[in-house]
Amino acid sequence: MDRMIRRLPIVTGKGCALMGLFAACLLAGCQRTAPIPTNTLVIGQLAEPKSLDPQAATALNDFRIAANLYDGLVRFKNGTLEIEPALAESWEISGDGRTYQFSLRGGVRFHDGTPFDSDAVKFHFERILQPDHPFHDTGPFPLAFFFSSIKRVETPDARTVIFHLDEPFAPLLSNLASPSGFLVSPSAVKKFGRAFGRHPVGTGPFVFDGWESNRLVRLRRSADYWDGAAKLETLIFRPLTDENARLTELLAGGCDLVMEVPPDVVTFFRKEPHFEVLEAVGPHLWFLILNTREGPFRDPRMRHAVTLAINREALTRDLLQGTASVPTGPIPDAFAWATDPSLKPSPYDPEKARSLIREAGQEGATLTLYAAEGGSGMLAPREMATAIQADLAKVGLTVRIETFEWNTFLNRVNGGLLGRADMAQMAWMVNDPDTLPFLALRTEAWPEKGGFNSGYYSNPEVDRLLEEARSEPRQDARGDIYRRIQKIVIEDAPWVFVASWKQNAVATSRVHGLELQPSFLLLLKDAWKTPAAL
Amino acid sequence: MMRYLIGRLLALVPVLFGISLLVFFLMALIPGDPAEAILGSYATEENLTKLRSDLALDRPLPEQYVTWLGNLTRGDFGTSYSLNRLVRDEIFDRLGPTLLLAGTAFILCTVLGLAAGVACAVWQNGWPDRVVGLIVLLGISTPSFWLALLLVALFSITLGWFPASGMLSVIDNGGLLTHLTLPALTLALVAAGVVARLMRTNMLEVLRQDYIRTARAKGLRETRIVGHHALRNAITGMIPVLGIQAGFVLGGAVYVETVFQWPGLGRALVTAIQTRDILLVQGAVLVLACGYVFLNLLADLLQHLLDPRLRP
Repeated sequence: MDRMIRRLPIVTGKGCALMGLFAACLLAGCQRTAPIPTNTLVIGQLAEPKSLDPQAATALNDFRIAANLYDGLVRFKNGTLEIEPALAESWEISGDGRTYQFSLRGGVRFHDGTPFDSDAVKFHFERILQPDHPFHDTGPFPLAFFFSSIKRVETPDARTVIFHLDEPFAPLLSNLASPSGFLVSPSAVKKFGRAFGRHPVGTGPFVFDGWESNRLVRLRRSADYWDGAAKLETLIFRPLTDENARLTELLAGGCDLVMEVPPDVVTFFRKEPHFEVLEAVGPHLWFLILNTREGPFRDPRMRHAVTLAINREALTRDLLQGTASVPTGPIPDAFAWATDPSLKPSPYDPEKARSLIREAGQEGATLTLYAAEGGSGMLAPREMATAIQADLAKVGLTVRIETFEWNTFLNRVNGGLLGRADMAQMAWMVNDPDTLPFLALRTEAWPEKGGFNSGYYSNPEVDRLLEEARSEPRQDARGDIYRRIQKIVIEDAPWVFVASWKQNAVATSRVHGLELQPSFLLLLKDAWKTPAAL
Repeated sequence: MMRYLIGRLLALVPVLFGISLLVFFLMALIPGDPAEAILGSYATEENLTKLRSDLALDRPLPEQYVTWLGNLTRGDFGTSYSLNRLVRDEIFDRLGPTLLLAGTAFILCTVLGLAAGVACAVWQNGWPDRVVGLIVLLGISTPSFWLALLLVALFSITLGWFPASGMLSVIDNGGLLTHLTLPALTLALVAAGVVARLMRTNMLEVLRQDYIRTARAKGLRETRIVGHHALRNAITGMIPVLGIQAGFVLGGAVYVETVFQWPGLGRALVTAIQTRDILLVQGAVLVLACGYVFLNLLADLLQHLLDPRLRP
């Protein structure tokens, strides 16, 4: 019987036919998939965009697309956080810092043909700032407070706009250069209403060409861009929510560029000749808020001690695998114009930390650390909490970590650390040196007054300097003030300045002319590609 | 038959009710406030309170459940707040790609599994049995997400035959078949392992039956004995297993869709969980769970129909 079965020519006819069909399908695919055309750049993004209305959006993921669709009155100069003209050719700031007059560029049109003029600018700011504006309901506009100091927009003629401020607010220019300051076509807002975020119209180097949910956003080149046409014809932004999918797509040739590659993999790509790792240190600060009102950290010696005891160099190099650098003080070093390059982060010195702790009489103290499970800009909060715990154990301090889900964490920390914790993790991403210290280091910003100064730091000199900086219209003079603030705050040590995140991206070696910006905006106007090697 | 059908359908009512209870209350256990998740870190307390009352999140849980269930019976799944569109529309759009993927995977799994099982049984203890047996063992014990990565590494990155993710090319909207191959194969290979093992056992049992010996004694060709007499009887016993595998393939879509960024219901579900879009999670889980229940029901009915021994 066995012999008979062995003589069977085939097992079952139908099964084999189907297997054959499947094999044929496989073979049909057995050729290398076609490379992405040279005039098209495919970008692997982290998530599906929420809105391409730059005033409604808050996520970097959305801003990366918006930055190629829109322009603001001013913009950040390539590779810096300094301001240069964009849709405004020039501007004048009154001596009291309360009036900003902009001369607009002539002959610019929005992609739908609407002329760009002072009325468009007025429409734009009134839409987000005035609750009774007929198109205010196209919001909400979570970042409208960037411009809340603007009380009135005056338009003496088509190419002049005057902003009247209720108080001096020097960060206004940086805010105008941020995505929240990108100008939208008034006629498109009127036409699409709340759906404008899915039908964006700006003046930028690329024109919106389609959004297919969970698949892609496509932009095409604007032929008559005022600042010279872009080199690429088409941009395709793909939402690849899975980390591995982003990497495999890059390796398999389905993407030219992927954003925010995890640290482990950056090391791999650095060694690969066909790929290039791009990096830029951004205006980001990851810090530990210290409770200066109660407990061990009322004593400045203890605050300095933890700064010296945490090996920040090792933390950024090993744990974050070089995707962050050690910051100097409360103002991110990316603001080259507002920081002092001669200041260096304090060194790792556990010996000195131990003697400071001894002096303060706090040997063997137990500290509570609030840690987040994740969250915007928080890098690797749990791992970092454990590393900090281990470093502090080496100087005899016991750290008790309490971990919370991100929104719960924010609620607890923003409510103030009193009666809760000695330390809390926090991270901010800002677009002006003013933002973080003004909102989180002033006496007026204590939690009970509605601010973010959760550690209750208070220094009248810092309070005064921050107000002074706001009314200083000249950038270099403002920079000087921030350098003084930086020094005082480092001396007072209300926070431990742990890390400044570097944004990274990996591109194939076909991509050229691409530079990551400290503003973290992805500007693709000057990017271009070489044909695929066969 | 009719009585059996009615009985089975009636039995579904408590099952579906149980599913709805589980889906609703499990979601309520997830920590975090959806209102905060929607409005983000810039939210004011006033806006939060207003949104909580708009979403009825400030009502007691049982009341929320009754409202939700009442709306469900009218086909109203609510509005997804992360996407700002009706949950029903979103599920409807995403169901197509999932059915395409799960359907293809199911056909592949059935064909591969049954064929492998028959081959093992026919050449029992011979080399085909050993080779197929080894592959089957690997298939059963390899986690699908790992298998998916291996397939991508080989076929997308090294050989470049198939795209690594997506459903259609972003350049020219083509290539459905090449995009479908790897995710469908991943799902199918794991599911096929179980099918092959059980089919082998079933087939061996049938081949030892008296009527097979009679058929051989009659001098029938071996192809006809195996392909006609034995196969038909062995397959009938496989139907409940295939029903379970159909459910497995549907559920497996959740992670395979994530790995391959397939625009289906599974990926929508994962994103919804990440953004705490509770209504969308509830809707998607409900649809997937109901799909699972109905597939099993279908398998039972089919077996009842095909196997005369089960009829009263």
